Amino acid sequence: MSGLSSPKTAKALLRGAPLVLVALVWLGFGSAARPFLTLATLTDILVQSSWLTVLALGMSFVLLTGGVDLSVGSAMYLAAVTVGMEPAATPVGLGIATALAVGALLGACNGWFITRLKLPAFVVTLSTLFIARGLGLLLSSTRIVYPSPAVAQLGRTTVLGVLAPAWIALIAIGCAWGIQNRTSFGIYVRAIGADAEGARRAGVPVPAVTWGVYIFCGALAGLASLILLSETAAASSAYGQNAEFLAIAAAVLGGTSLFGGRGTLSAPIMGAILITSVQNGLAMVNANPYVYPVITGAIIFIAAVIDSGRLTLMKRLERRRILAG
Amino acid sequence: MSADPIPPRLSVRGLTKSFGSTRVLQGIDFDAVAGRVLALAGENGSGKSTTLNILTGVLPRDQGEVRLDGQPFYPRTPRDSSFAGLRYIQQELNIFPNLSIAENLFLVELPRAVRSLPFIARRRMHERSQVLLEQVDLTVDPHASAGTLSMGERQLLEIARALQGDARVLILDEPTTSLTEHEIRRLFAIIDRLRARDVAVLFVSHNLEHVLELADDVVVLRDGEITLKNHDAKRLTTHDLVLAMVGHSIEAQFPSRVPPKSRPPVLQVIGLSEPGVLEGIDFSVAPGEIVGLAGLMGSGRSELARTIFGLEPHRQGEVIVEGRRLRSGDVRAGLAARVAFLTEDRRRDGLFLDATVADNLALVAISGFATTPLGCINRVPLAAAVATVGRRVKLNSANVDTTPVRRLSGGNQQKVVIGRWLLSQPKLFILDEPTRGIDAGAKEDIYRLFAGLSAAGVALLIVSSELEELLGLCDRILVMHRGRIATSFARSEFERSAILRAAFGQAESA
Repeated sequence: MSGLSSPKTAKALLRGAPLVLVALVWLGFGSAARPFLTLATLTDILVQSSWLTVLALGMSFVLLTGGVDLSVGSAMYLAAVTVGMEPAATPVGLGIATALAVGALLGACNGWFITRLKLPAFVVTLSTLFIARGLGLLLSSTRIVYPSPAVAQLGRTTVLGVLAPAWIALIAIGCAWGIQNRTSFGIYVRAIGADAEGARRAGVPVPAVTWGVYIFCGALAGLASLILLSETAAASSAYGQNAEFLAIAAAVLGGTSLFGGRGTLSAPIMGAILITSVQNGLAMVNANPYVYPVITGAIIFIAAVIDSGRLTLMKRLERRRILAG
Repeated sequence: MSADPIPPRLSVRGLTKSFGSTRVLQGIDFDAVAGRVLALAGENGSGKSTTLNILTGVLPRDQGEVRLDGQPFYPRTPRDSSFAGLRYIQQELNIFPNLSIAENLFLVELPRAVRSLPFIARRRMHERSQVLLEQVDLTVDPHASAGTLSMGERQLLEIARALQGDARVLILDEPTTSLTEHEIRRLFAIIDRLRARDVAVLFVSHNLEHVLELADDVVVLRDGEITLKNHDAKRLTTHDLVLAMVGHSIEAQFPSRVPPKSRPPVLQVIGLSEPGVLEGIDFSVAPGEIVGLAGLMGSGRSELARTIFGLEPHRQGEVIVEGRRLRSGDVRAGLAARVAFLTEDRRRDGLFLDATVADNLALVAISGFATTPLGCINRVPLAAAVATVGRRVKLNSANVDTTPVRRLSGGNQQKVVIGRWLLSQPKLFILDEPTRGIDAGAKEDIYRLFAGLSAAGVALLIVSSELEELLGLCDRILVMHRGRIATSFARSEFERSAILRAAFGQAESA
């Protein structure tokens, strides 16, 4: 029997599909442009994907509960503007705290409308997408904003040989992992993801947990904003635009379901790395910049096709067997 | 005067409840005693679920008195009720497959490291899991994901969860429906143990054999009234129970039929096999014949039905409908050969709940009415056909054109699905659990409809867990066991015990 026909191997391979996809992209660009497959480039990619990883992490929690947060890109802009309005002497800590607070506040608004007024998440966050960006434009008078030098320095600071953005992402991943596996909140999120009605019947405070998920997602959007701001050192009025779609794409690419219930922490991480790899690789092969969205879109599409095929196959493999053997 | 007698664990007196002008509970009295199993039986719509809903704080009562260990007991939420020691295990299990076994056990009150912080004390959680799991003889690793458990083990996990803290009354709603025979034995042994621990067990089941085997006390409800109350269940027979539940004996539910004349078969299944699911299935169904597929849950009954219709593929063998061979896994071929299929789960697979009755009815047959050149639908004959079918299935719905299906009762919803398939004038009608969750009245309507179809020459293949139903309806019963047809019984050979033995794999021939 060949390895593939054994259900165990097939299952393992299917589970690891996102990893295989990243490897394929790396090998593909590596063969097209020599310098791609060097340690320096790959490290760069990991650092560059930090902000998207953090953003997608929050999004994956929301998707897990069957919701969506379209406002994270605007939340990033609003957070960046707020941080940019702080005095030049603002230390890094205060910058981070501000960004987290702005994001969390917006997330709390989203969560309130969704859980208290029982409006669909899509509609609520679509509205706040416009409102938050509008507020940001009002506050900045559409001018480019600049963070304090201390915040801007963060993007270039290395700790133990690794750039600070990557550290922040790692810490965020650690926190998310801890929340998901070591707190009642995390267990409730997973229970709601599996079966919201069942969770309610089992006594899980579904509205409160759902609200918490939007606050968490908003806070991580603020953090993602600060990471990106420390790297770009400036935010124009288009800052964070369409980031929500990149975040959703990253989560889905890694295997999170858009319909709730399915997804692991590795999904947004792998997805963010995959998207950043593609963008980085395209730059390295000198592709026409207008081609980027086309390629990115195509890869998302391919991943979605693989994912749906993967699900059908998994279902087949896991089908109940009546006869022995 | 003697000392105060110990009050019963749970005592219900004069409980009434109405929905609008319908009285669903008309003053019922019963006691559940610690250390005994009380079985609550009754058809759907008899008031069973309403009683449970009041006891568990889902619905408020209108009148009457409920006491738990002598204290007035009027929970306002399921949480209240559970906190007071009344633990309810619903038919639909509440196990989260993506959480660990320990996390499932402590979902609501996860042990915390520090009281005010949301961090879980994992070691303590796992230690306590071990203790709870031992109580139900479940030897599994509490770290493992609950998704790896079988249905029977999940049921035991639910019981372990219910036994936390001060569990005084354990309510089990249809706990045996999805279990294998072995798992049922295991469950009953655990319930015996709870009896010894002085828990009052309230057991709700449609399976009358299980009721008689397990219960000490029996209460039967019909139309919101108690029709039978007995404190020595071992002396009852299933016949006593049915009489109390239905009001007349079982035989009267089924219409009398003339056995069909033998004619060339509509459906022929030859050597049908799918690795791991079905093996060497051979049988045929003649026009007007009603053939039943019996067997335990998981014996391959539903899989066989789905395979014939093309919802699932087969590796070997042939499905032939009126001489035409159907391709494996091709539903359209089945439809073209005028095969109809009623799925097990009408809500999920069958109905558009928010569409009107008429639209739901028209769905299958709609292409047959697209007679104009551009494929536009000829509305007048369609409406006429829909109306006819509505009458034929005795749909008790005021207006088929405006009523959304969601607002119909379970029985009427099932009639809509059946009616929809009738519009396509099937030659072979496969029905998977056609009367599950349907009240007695609608059941009788549906049985009569089957008799009518059979008289008109339609071949019927019925999958059912209710043996009574198959015994009353069918001309022939095929009993499945582990993906094979174990034995086949003609109507003259029908015998409950023989069929059950075959279903458990103890066929005479073996």
